[in-house]
Amino acid sequence: MNRKFFSILLLCLWLPVCLVAQSRLDSVQHIQEVLVAAPLATSKAIIPAQQLEGKQLKALNSFSVADAIRYFAGVQIKDYGGVGGLKTVNVRSMGTNHMGVFYDGIQLGNAQNGQIDLGKFSLDNIESISLYNGQKSDIFQPARDYGSSGSIYLKFRRPHFSGQEKEHLKATFRTGSFDLVNPSFLYERKLSEKVNASINAEYIYSSGKYKFRYKRVLPGSNEVAYDTTAIRKNGDIHAFRVESGLYGRTEDGHWEVKTYYYDSERGIPGAIVNNRWMNAQRQWDTNFFVQGGWRKVITDRYDLMLKMKYANDRMRYLNPDTTLMYIDNSFRQQEAYASLAQKYQLTTYWDVSLSTDLQWNWLKSDLEGLVYPTRRSALVALATALDLGPFKSQASVLGTFINENITSVANSDGQAASSAPNKEEITPAIFFSYAPFENHDLTFRAFYKHIFRMPTFNDLYYTDIGNIKLKPEFTHQYNVGFKYAKTMANRSLVHWELQADGYYNEVTNKIVAVPKGSGMYRWMMMNLGRVEIRGLDAVAAATFDLPFEVLLNLKGTYTYQKAQDFTPRKNPDLEKTTWGGQIPYIPWHSGSFIASAGYQSWQLNYSFVYVGERYHNSANIRENYEQPWYTNDVSLLKTVALNDWSLKVALEVNNLLSQDYEVVLNYPMPKRNYKLTLTLEL
Amino acid sequence: MSRLLLGLHCLLLLGALSSCREEVELFSSDEIDLEKPEETTAYRGFYLLNEGNMGSNKSTLDFYDFDSGTYSRNIYAEVNPDVPKELGDVGNDLQIYGSKLYAVINVSNKIEVMDAQTATRIGQIEIPNCRYIQFEGKYAYVTSYAGPVEINPDYTQRGFVAKVDTATLQVVDECLVGFQPDELAIVDGKIYVANSGGYMGAGSSDNYERTVSVIDMESFTEEKRIDVAANLHRVRADQRGDLWVSSRGDYKELPSRLFFIDSEKQAVTDTLDIPVSSCYLSGDSLYVCSVSWSYITYSNEITYAIVNTKTREVVTRNFITDGTDEEIEIPYGVMVHPVSGDIFLADAGNYVTPGMLYCFERSGKKKWSVRTGDIPAHFALLKKD
Repeated sequence: MNRKFFSILLLCLWLPVCLVAQSRLDSVQHIQEVLVAAPLATSKAIIPAQQLEGKQLKALNSFSVADAIRYFAGVQIKDYGGVGGLKTVNVRSMGTNHMGVFYDGIQLGNAQNGQIDLGKFSLDNIESISLYNGQKSDIFQPARDYGSSGSIYLKFRRPHFSGQEKEHLKATFRTGSFDLVNPSFLYERKLSEKVNASINAEYIYSSGKYKFRYKRVLPGSNEVAYDTTAIRKNGDIHAFRVESGLYGRTEDGHWEVKTYYYDSERGIPGAIVNNRWMNAQRQWDTNFFVQGGWRKVITDRYDLMLKMKYANDRMRYLNPDTTLMYIDNSFRQQEAYASLAQKYQLTTYWDVSLSTDLQWNWLKSDLEGLVYPTRRSALVALATALDLGPFKSQASVLGTFINENITSVANSDGQAASSAPNKEEITPAIFFSYAPFENHDLTFRAFYKHIFRMPTFNDLYYTDIGNIKLKPEFTHQYNVGFKYAKTMANRSLVHWELQADGYYNEVTNKIVAVPKGSGMYRWMMMNLGRVEIRGLDAVAAATFDLPFEVLLNLKGTYTYQKAQDFTPRKNPDLEKTTWGGQIPYIPWHSGSFIASAGYQSWQLNYSFVYVGERYHNSANIRENYEQPWYTNDVSLLKTVALNDWSLKVALEVNNLLSQDYEVVLNYPMPKRNYKLTLTLEL
Repeated sequence: MSRLLLGLHCLLLLGALSSCREEVELFSSDEIDLEKPEETTAYRGFYLLNEGNMGSNKSTLDFYDFDSGTYSRNIYAEVNPDVPKELGDVGNDLQIYGSKLYAVINVSNKIEVMDAQTATRIGQIEIPNCRYIQFEGKYAYVTSYAGPVEINPDYTQRGFVAKVDTATLQVVDECLVGFQPDELAIVDGKIYVANSGGYMGAGSSDNYERTVSVIDMESFTEEKRIDVAANLHRVRADQRGDLWVSSRGDYKELPSRLFFIDSEKQAVTDTLDIPVSSCYLSGDSLYVCSVSWSYITYSNEITYAIVNTKTREVVTRNFITDGTDEEIEIPYGVMVHPVSGDIFLADAGNYVTPGMLYCFERSGKKKWSVRTGDIPAHFALLKKD
């Protein structure tokens, strides 16, 4: 059955290629002519992304991708603190597992727990970060790009050589608080007219030590009840990353191959609780992947894109703390992925596309009682795009077909000794945009998307808590919004823009841990939860060309989210405590503000993040209340030219007001801290 | 330009309007007026220890006053405002002995010692991974999972019973027992300790402990082991000095069960086909709440039973008679008023949000309910001065 199913899919995948190859033979003369002139299909997202790029990205005092993403509207970061602390992203309150993170065009996977730690990705050499709600509304993309509720695309610097340039060299050194030592190095080389290469390596060490303070006052009198300052320990990290890329152009397309290797050891600083002010858990990660893409214009109407990836991830977790259960577990995940996307232009205003992806995931572990699951996924996306000038529309249908096996049962005599049943889901998305005026850059937009996330391997198979009967967790998203932009010549206000979106999301079949059986905190994963989210995202930006050649950029975001828990409970009394409650860690109000001013070789940046009041669980009672927090960061940059070299010096001060705050309960964040960055570029 | 500036001002104004961070206030307790019990002669009330989910540091203490019928929620911080990070992480046992209240706080590696009448902190006993506490004479006896580590060739760590001087709050002696010892009971100069092996058996059920350790109190050494069943948890001594021991089972094939140890014979002589999560011995009646997961219905199956410890028979399998049992999510602790027979039952809900405390008449009819802290679990009855 499954074999047959996969053969049909394979046929789907390759048949059009064969057909086109044939038709090409018939009209070979014609094609030859057009090929040279045919432009590569450019990205045609009809709802633009929120984007941070270039100078603006550098202006943020951000160390990792997670730090930068805080400046997007609609995004919440869970940050456990410090350089090595776990940082995960949640867009529009649908949960981390609904986010797709794409690394140079191919999704990063974690079939085991579905979480991508964005703290692991440094901003070194990232050219742009884009956030798409729903999906990138571009139909020429792999099927997996249709498969998340929201997507973040990380685009890395690639070599560009002008004139006689043959090589680029960039060396960066960062140091500062937390005993940070962070050298990185980039070398780019033009191998031939058509092929460029780059190699990039980075090392990060930080002791992760910082002072934190817990102060409580007596209600009413504001007299100090206790005021304790301690040092965060076991937050150290040693990480090494090396990446290389080959980038080629052909007459009618381009290709690239990237390899990535990351190796780290870190302490897990853990929760600070009474009488336990440090923890001892350690984690080792080794991540490797190689990925490649190839794009070709086959005819003036037909484009082809092939992408492939192989990833091998190892993780070891050690709890050596003798006051807790000793744990030393290793997990190894592998992923193989191939995608073929095809786009055909039916008329000048109407495109269709078919994308077919195949993916395999494996998980092995020495954890007792854990089975070794294998997941085979086939994704087929059929999409169409209509471009009628002011009115644009795209619609897509994604078919996801999943088959799982367990290849070995390690010491298990329990319930999880069989694999989860096959899953087939068909999910649609539709996007519109309408620009009513020719002379004004005003666009209205709307989208609807229905998608799901698969239960992770942990949800399905983890010893004792796993539940193979889990169904996927679904989301429905409804969004309407607009964008207005205005550019003016010869004015001090050169450009300004405003965009806002209102949305309603539903998460159904939400996978939640339910207490199971007797005592000892045993849980079972169940499809019980339901969340409704009503929200508003707004982004405003302006650029000023001020006297004395001062260039000023301002950007502000605001997010309102009412994310309510409507999970039914058995106990009506208890249901009252959580029904309609704001879900954990989602503030009603949050926002950010960035200002950067450039004067000749100087740049001064200011950034502000505000996260309003929220609760750490969906019983919105006094005991679970969390105060707002906000950080003010300032940095000063100076660029010095030395012959062919340029030297950049940046001094940053983060959390200027030294606010004591927690993003996650009992995980204190650093007070005021500093960083110095030196960048030498040829 | 002016329009944009206006917009920016609006944004800043919005920032100003939205609340700013203030000093974080310590929790003050909530007081809820409930129905007064009819019988208030011998007892002042009871404390309820909420465990709090691991890492949340939300173990809290509640008190129900029989005289006024007032339920005071989360009293520890108010009584002891100068203790950094309050009561601690994961309360695991609560007992009153003499004039003192002892709260075993598992992840905080301590036993909080308080004045029983006021809950004012007296001090703390430092015992890593401490589990349960019992008393005899001037000593407290505490089980702990965290004995010495041995590597031969695998990592193993036996548990121990600590002997604590209740006057100085210092550990004066330790006695090694089995893996992951849980409850303990003291009868006739002997300590009976239920060994669970909970850390060992997760992968393979054969690795659970099956025994009760018997410690001779005079020499404070482990005298013998009594074989019972896999993964032991509760041990309670009845009025005749015989022992009732529960096994959790392996959560797979082996079910949870209740066993009877004849203290004369020092052996298991009876087994009751009843799963046990929490229990309370009142006179000859052992109130037993049990939650067991069913892989058939994919839900928890819950029973509320009473066992007659004299006849060793199950008297009822549902002591809640008004249908409230249909609503309770996870019964996690039970206590019975020695005089009135009122039944107090704690519902731990979903473990991460507040639970609920129920009061039932002796007949099993609900009198009242009140919201508690997270994972309400352990009761300690307070006698009048």
